[in-house]
Amino acid sequence: MERYFLIASTFCFLAAVAHTVIELRTGVFRPGRFNFLAIALGFIFQTAFLWIRGQELGRCPITNLFEVFVFLAWSVALVYMLVGSAYRLSLMGVFTAPLVLLLQGLALIAPIDTRHPVTVPANSWLEFHASMSLVAYGVFALACIAGVMYLLQERQLKMHQLHSIFYHLPPLTSLFAAITRLLWWGFALYTMGIVSGFFTGHPLPRIQIMAAIALWLLYAAILQARHLKWLAPKRVAALCIIGFSAALVLLWGITFTAELHHVP
Amino acid sequence: MNLFCIGLSHHTANVAIREEFAGNATAESIARDAGCAEALLLTTCNRVEVYGVSNKWISTDEIARSLMAKPNLSPDNYAPPFYRYEDNKCVQHLFRVASGLDSMVVGESEIFGQAKKAYESARRSGAVGPYLHRLFQRAFRVAKQVRTHTDIARGAVSVGSVAVELAQRIFGKLSECKVLVLGAGETSERTTRALVSRGVTDLRVSNRSLDRARELTQAVGGRAVPFDDWAAQCREIDILLTSTASETPLLTSEILAPMLWHRSDRPLFIIDLAVPRDVDPSVNELEGVYLYDIDSIRSVAEQSLALRRQQVAAAEAIIADHVTEFVDSISRGLNRASQPPGHSSLGENPLHASEL
Repeated sequence: MERYFLIASTFCFLAAVAHTVIELRTGVFRPGRFNFLAIALGFIFQTAFLWIRGQELGRCPITNLFEVFVFLAWSVALVYMLVGSAYRLSLMGVFTAPLVLLLQGLALIAPIDTRHPVTVPANSWLEFHASMSLVAYGVFALACIAGVMYLLQERQLKMHQLHSIFYHLPPLTSLFAAITRLLWWGFALYTMGIVSGFFTGHPLPRIQIMAAIALWLLYAAILQARHLKWLAPKRVAALCIIGFSAALVLLWGITFTAELHHVP
Repeated sequence: MNLFCIGLSHHTANVAIREEFAGNATAESIARDAGCAEALLLTTCNRVEVYGVSNKWISTDEIARSLMAKPNLSPDNYAPPFYRYEDNKCVQHLFRVASGLDSMVVGESEIFGQAKKAYESARRSGAVGPYLHRLFQRAFRVAKQVRTHTDIARGAVSVGSVAVELAQRIFGKLSECKVLVLGAGETSERTTRALVSRGVTDLRVSNRSLDRARELTQAVGGRAVPFDDWAAQCREIDILLTSTASETPLLTSEILAPMLWHRSDRPLFIIDLAVPRDVDPSVNELEGVYLYDIDSIRSVAEQSLALRRQQVAAAEAIIADHVTEFVDSISRGLNRASQPPGHSSLGENPLHASEL
């Protein structure tokens, strides 16, 4: 039953992507209400899916790679809805929808929705740790999207080739301010996620801990370099993309090893 | 009732012919001389058009004569450049004109204000009645919709506006930007004024002749900077506008690169309007520096025009919908007004009724 909600949600994000592609093909690029409404509706269906799945499991629905992907997609949509309009980055929806579609599409197509027998009772610290980390990934995803927008705008300005999308992208300085804020928010949430991991009472594989700390150090280094003005904005934007790619690899690694050990 | 538009524009007549017909008549005088029930005169630098409503046929010659400074000229001298649109075609033409589709620079917005002014002037003189009132109100609505729903007015098409648009795409609000104008000639003055009109307040002007720099600051605001000090300003400024008569580049990568260390997170936008160029092209390769010379600014203007032309089809579709709807609503309104109570048959479309 809950899978239908997820399929409906995926179609909403697909509609947003298709709308953008059609507009791009006709040379008219106007981020309007359609994208926001499609994402909002998709978010409602995602929430319904996660709520039903959570009720069924009696815990936060992040027990396998399938649920983790959906939860991450939900986090990305949530952060976009909270942040996108606040920073006047309505165009971010155009970039957010394909990412969410990719995550959910992958979750639906790949045979990764394997149910494991519940061996460990629900642990509020563990759930807090996992969900907080995933929401932090959602924020990093938005920073990555803002980074893509920055590089796109920067390249057009540098090459003197201005396309229709140029006139709808936010100014470079606004994009960079948004990237910086998103990095700080993501870093704060991720720190909370990592610290709470030490209170779960479960021994976690050392490789997971090392990888999570490495990712934390990467973002800390980006922020420090930004703070000390060692890095030009273009490099910070590029590092946001690299950072989120690393986060996705880490997420896959953590979930994969957790499934091997049947740790929810 | 006949609805028509008779006029000439940059499409059909050169400026010498246009000025023969501009500024000699008013909507009121045309209505009186030609015998129109309603009349409106739209005069801009690119067009002279009369929109009229009449119960009888009014020839193009009659309108042309009422517009002429010397009405005794032979019709052969003025008739060819005039065009004439009637009924639906007239409605469509006005909607296109108000939306900027018929303008020399497609999508320009000045025509909208000029049409509004013409309407207000004709309304005050009593030359506009219910038909033209409804027609022009709808035209203003259509023009707004075209601008909102298409990119027809997007992108700048003059040097000054391209510079402002690019600066806004880099910095957002220009009120917090520091601008250095290098070379206080006429070319840089125009662009400086465009920047000041968009909120620039921190303006520094440097020129070989300090007096000329002071003259410009008196005209547009800001402060004069001695020519020997201009390079040091690059540590602080956000926008450099340069247009000097120097034969060799004044700013090179070697000069600028060390200064960028102090401003790694702030972009520098350089507008080089000089020929020969004041800034070495290799400066554009420095990180965070966006250099636009006169050719690249012209190229951006051309891209904007091409983008606008791409939008014409979408704008035409909006206009076509409105033309159909407007003509239907007018005919329905007139039918209702002309029918006795209880009469159910529909009359013919009044905008097609007369053979014009």
